[in-house]
Amino acid sequence: MGGSLNLNWEIAIASLPTLLSGIKWTILITVVGLFFGFFIGAAMGLARTTKNKLVFGIATVYVETIRGTPILVQALYLYFGVNQVLQQMFALQINSLTAAIIAIAINSGAYISEIVRGAIQSIDKGQVEAGRSLGLSSLKTFYYIVWPQAFKRMIPPLGNQFIISLKDTSLFAVIAVGELLRQGQLVVATTFAAFEIYTFVSLIYLMLTLSISFVLRRIERRLDVS
Amino acid sequence: MIVQVFDLHKKFGHLEVLKGINCQVAEGEVLCVIGPSGSGKSTFLRCLNLLESITSGKVIIDGVDLTDPKTDINKVRRQVGMVFQQFNLFPHMTVLRNITLAPMTELKLSKEEATEKALRLLSKVGLRDKADVYPHTLSGGQMQRVAIARALAMNPKVMLFDEPTSALDPELVGEVLTVMKELAQEGMTMIVVTHEMGFAREVADRVIFMDGGVIVEENTPAEIFSNPKHERTRSFLSKIL
Repeated sequence: MGGSLNLNWEIAIASLPTLLSGIKWTILITVVGLFFGFFIGAAMGLARTTKNKLVFGIATVYVETIRGTPILVQALYLYFGVNQVLQQMFALQINSLTAAIIAIAINSGAYISEIVRGAIQSIDKGQVEAGRSLGLSSLKTFYYIVWPQAFKRMIPPLGNQFIISLKDTSLFAVIAVGELLRQGQLVVATTFAAFEIYTFVSLIYLMLTLSISFVLRRIERRLDVS
Repeated sequence: MIVQVFDLHKKFGHLEVLKGINCQVAEGEVLCVIGPSGSGKSTFLRCLNLLESITSGKVIIDGVDLTDPKTDINKVRRQVGMVFQQFNLFPHMTVLRNITLAPMTELKLSKEEATEKALRLLSKVGLRDKADVYPHTLSGGQMQRVAIARALAMNPKVMLFDEPTSALDPELVGEVLTVMKELAQEGMTMIVVTHEMGFAREVADRVIFMDGGVIVEENTPAEIFSNPKHERTRSFLSKIL
């Protein structure tokens, strides 16, 4: 038979400072990871537009490998697998926070490279021809004409990737990074208020992602990206 | 002769689009290239600044051999202005910036010099008041006039026009042709791929009729339009005139 519902929101509210302390790690991992992820993605995305078979091949192997394996496996592989090798060979370890940042950088880099490649290839060939016919080198044509237009088109999918990567940081609870979900799990372990705490955790994630959406929409409107 | 073309061949895979073109254009001459679609006339034009690679033959612009691997193609292109059917203005730049970009990066003009020159060219094409707007606010005819000003800003010795009015609404064709006519009267060397027979008849010094990747007939506009020698020229002209 059902009993009476007995939720303890006071415990949840009391644990808010602990949960909020996890947010800074969530944000740090996301922002720093995506910062490096963007450079990896830009380099790999460019590599995927070249005619050079070797460069194209390397970038393709990277993109397919990362997109084809779960990010949770990548994080475990880095933190436990790679660390085991580093320990044996050089007697050093990467800590869980660094592993998390690297995981986001490498993982988002693969998706961002596809965003970059798609945006560059979506620019009309006539733009390149116009630049070249004025005497600009291919490099200058790319720098002045193709990239600025392509970058504008990257903003909506990059925003989407931002949200995905932010949510992906929750997976790093398994390598004991003290981010938001991990803090929530720890509180649940001592208070047993799973419904209340996970409700709060979910709402905090939602607030973070909605804030990103809001900022992005402002940027898009300002840049007139349609 | 500012443009010399010897036995120019162009293949796309196994498809031979140009089958041995020979052609010379003198300084100040206006050459119109007409012919049915697929005749190779646009490809021919695009070979003249190497937007298409040349399969075999020679193209010499102002004494510089384009097929010589030692030739700096970017330098040659600065002297060969190109106007496209689809305008190809840079949408992320103002009209002014569209015109000053290449003079600043390639001719090393200062911003003031480039701007002054751009404004002069905009006045010439009747768009002085549009300097600070973005291309998407312009009509097709205005865009094409900006594109002409952009090409002229590099002080080209030759101007190539690839069906410059084909993408325009009929009522906007005239303003572009007027600018081109003025340019011709000022002595610019021009090679114009076009379907505007009225323009060819009035402005061209010489007309080339192309079909199937070869030059079928070449003559003064008066001769070619009123007295075409070749059967294929006759049938083409009868369909469009």
